[in-house]
Amino acid sequence: MRELTYIEATHEALSEEMAKDPTIFVVGEGIGERGGNFNTTKGLYDLYGPRRLRDTPICERGFVGLCTGAAMTGTRPVVDFMFLDFILDGFGELANQISKMQYMSSGRLKMPIVLRGCIGMGGATATHHSGNYYPIFAHLPGFRVVLPTNAYDAKGLFKTALRSDDPVLFLEHKTLLNTKTPVPTEEYTIPFGEAAVVRQGEDLTVVALTLMVHKTLEVSQKLAGEGISVELIDPRTVAPLDIDTILTSVRKTGRLLIVDETFAPCGIGSEIAAQIQEQAFDDLDAPIRRLNGLHTPTPYSAPLEKAAIPQPSQIEQAIRDLMAE
Amino acid sequence: MSQQFEIGHYDVAEAIDHLSKEQLLSLYRTMLTIRRTEEQLARSYAGGKIPGACHTYVGEEAIASGVCGHLNHDDAIFSTHRGHGHALAKGVSIKELIAELYGKATGCSQGRGGSMHLFSPEIGLMGTSGIVGPCILQAAGAGYSFQLLETDRVGVAFFGDGGVSNGAFHEGLNLAAIWDLPTIFVLEDNQFATEVAFNTVARITDVAKRAEGYGIPGVTVDGNNVLEVHRVAGEAVRRARNGEGPTLLDCKTYRTRPHAEGMRDGGYRTAEDVEAWKARDPIEQLGDRLVTDGVASDDDLDEIEAEITSEVKAGVAFAESSPWPDPTTVMDHTFSSGS
Repeated sequence: MRELTYIEATHEALSEEMAKDPTIFVVGEGIGERGGNFNTTKGLYDLYGPRRLRDTPICERGFVGLCTGAAMTGTRPVVDFMFLDFILDGFGELANQISKMQYMSSGRLKMPIVLRGCIGMGGATATHHSGNYYPIFAHLPGFRVVLPTNAYDAKGLFKTALRSDDPVLFLEHKTLLNTKTPVPTEEYTIPFGEAAVVRQGEDLTVVALTLMVHKTLEVSQKLAGEGISVELIDPRTVAPLDIDTILTSVRKTGRLLIVDETFAPCGIGSEIAAQIQEQAFDDLDAPIRRLNGLHTPTPYSAPLEKAAIPQPSQIEQAIRDLMAE
Repeated sequence: MSQQFEIGHYDVAEAIDHLSKEQLLSLYRTMLTIRRTEEQLARSYAGGKIPGACHTYVGEEAIASGVCGHLNHDDAIFSTHRGHGHALAKGVSIKELIAELYGKATGCSQGRGGSMHLFSPEIGLMGTSGIVGPCILQAAGAGYSFQLLETDRVGVAFFGDGGVSNGAFHEGLNLAAIWDLPTIFVLEDNQFATEVAFNTVARITDVAKRAEGYGIPGVTVDGNNVLEVHRVAGEAVRRARNGEGPTLLDCKTYRTRPHAEGMRDGGYRTAEDVEAWKARDPIEQLGDRLVTDGVASDDDLDEIEAEITSEVKAGVAFAESSPWPDPTTVMDHTFSSGS
């Protein structure tokens, strides 16, 4: 099967859906003729024209609010934030308008808007180009929050996002953008709320998010040689969260570690831990553990940055510690 | 490009010549519907029937009536916390409005919104809002949709003087201007953001002047003169439908009731000012003129009054007798497919 990069996969999904649905349009800074800072829209301007690939001034609140109104009146906007950090200037429009519009209107309005952008630490991007933020959005009722970790998932999940009548945050870890996987040429979609069991195992369950899926997989393969069998789960979407797949795994292994690059307090790991202990307390053989990035703004300098992000050695140690409990 | 009009410059007699009796009485009826409904809502609030906020539009009726007089059901309006008048002028029924403020299942937002979240998208009411500013951006977004869909529909934002000092105003007008969006920005300058006088928070209170900075027309209008609002809005709507881009209307007006029902109304303005503006009542002005000019008789106006009074009374009865929302539906509509 052919292989595509993560960016090529979402690009193909976007182009295919734009060809089918003339109400889809994209806004963002440099997504027109330039094709996007990360090539997210490369060449689409020539195919679909300036009204559907609309370069904006730098005014995130303005174009998020504008796209809210567009989604209320018959079109399907895709907002390309480049770096997701920029979304915060439009946070009021997100939290007070987009996420609540269907509810406020008692379901008489839909909110088909896709909000995409790069997340994630690494590469000396420092603290204004590295935020993750998905726990904030998962906290608010009304959003779908999608964290694809490979090209295959990215295409299938992006198609679902583009066809959704709910607002979708589609968050792409920048370290993954040029990673490749096989992607079939045939049409497929991946529904929200279905976790992937990335690796089957017996001894311990690790739920990892975004880039940490790949880091944990490497560690798991190494530990397999020592007879430690890790079951690795990638939730793929954190809203909705597929707790059932995690629950089934924990009932089998009796141990749970959650590895997340972003902050621990009030995070996705906290939520998973709470739900699992509520539903599977008697199945646990050890306390649920979390390994997170440090609760601090992202530093710039390499040794500081490394210290803030969970490293493979720390993941390995966390697994060993949990196995010893 | 900015046009400046002196308040009251406009020749009402000329407008009366241009509009049919039916159109004139329709404007009168819309304004009086708003007034009598608002007065009822104020009584209902005082009587404990409305549990949440209630910001009335009394004194400002000419603006919603004059603008919405040009709109079709598939044109989209976006309103504010002071939005009852916009809802009624766009065609929401009195009973659906009252029922919503009573919190009943039969209200226009099925009890999920109340006064500040009125929705009736089927007739183009795309929401009132408890947050100042977003309506400006959303109306530009409606304009974006209507342009992309190649229709001649328009988006309209209503907002107060409290809504022109934030980023949404600047960003919305700029985006609408650069893309020639079919959007009309209707400023209802009632001179106070809650109780903060506009002239203490803006160096230049003639906001129409700002339009020049965006390269769009800006027009100052006597917001208590429904015929002038109607005429100027007509040109703005025509421009929008014709692909000529957005217009900013700066309507000078005044609310003659407190910011919200149940609030005091002193200390920030004088009783003399309030009385002076009451003397410029938009409904009485039009009614007097219609009778003086022989367009309508006192009996015609009395008949309209009686019909509206009856509708308001029926609306209260409807709200009183309507069921409460079913608590088991509390999470419905959080997402497009159920909860």
